[in-house]
Amino acid sequence: MPKMNLSHFEAAILFALFASVVLGVITKRTDSDRLRYGIRCFAYFVAALIGLGWLMKLGHG
Amino acid sequence: MATNAKVQPAAEPARGWYGTVLLAWLVPGAGHFLLKRPWRGALISASVLLMFLLGLMMRGTMFQPQTGDVLTTIIYCGGFVGDLASGLLYLLTVWLGYAQPDMAGFDHDYGTKFLVAAGLLNVLAMVDAYEIATKKKD
Repeated sequence: MPKMNLSHFEAAILFALFASVVLGVITKRTDSDRLRYGIRCFAYFVAALIGLGWLMKLGHG
Repeated sequence: MATNAKVQPAAEPARGWYGTVLLAWLVPGAGHFLLKRPWRGALISASVLLMFLLGLMMRGTMFQPQTGDVLTTIIYCGGFVGDLASGLLYLLTVWLGYAQPDMAGFDHDYGTKFLVAAGLLNVLAMVDAYEIATKKKD
């Protein structure tokens, strides 16, 4: 199997995407609610990713 | 003394969820296919499979259960359970000889997390399949 080298950002975005899809699929009761929840989860993941990234950068000095 | 309280009908016993949950564990998304939710099953299946494959391609490490101090026990036993939750994906990978040693590097570390997270997402899918099979959810 080929080895894959992803950056931090790419790996975290893929993680967020797959986790959001599953969370959206299993959580709500209608398809439109599932879609909305999945998109919202993904947005929260990305916001946390960027926020924590900046926090670490600023904390590191 | 006669009572005129209405007798509530007994809840319909849940039957047949064992096989559904077992299938959902072994083949991610298959529980939903069995319960006639093909699109949801396909999305779960694709997500878990891709996450697991990405973990392998990033050369993530499979956890082996270890005991010692509390943190070691939680991390290694919990990680092992997370890996095992991927079902046949994990079993086939181990049977085919995948044995990546724990190495330094963020991509290996991400790979290890992807492998565990794939299993944990499958646990969520198994719970969902159980709830559908027992009619707790539509």
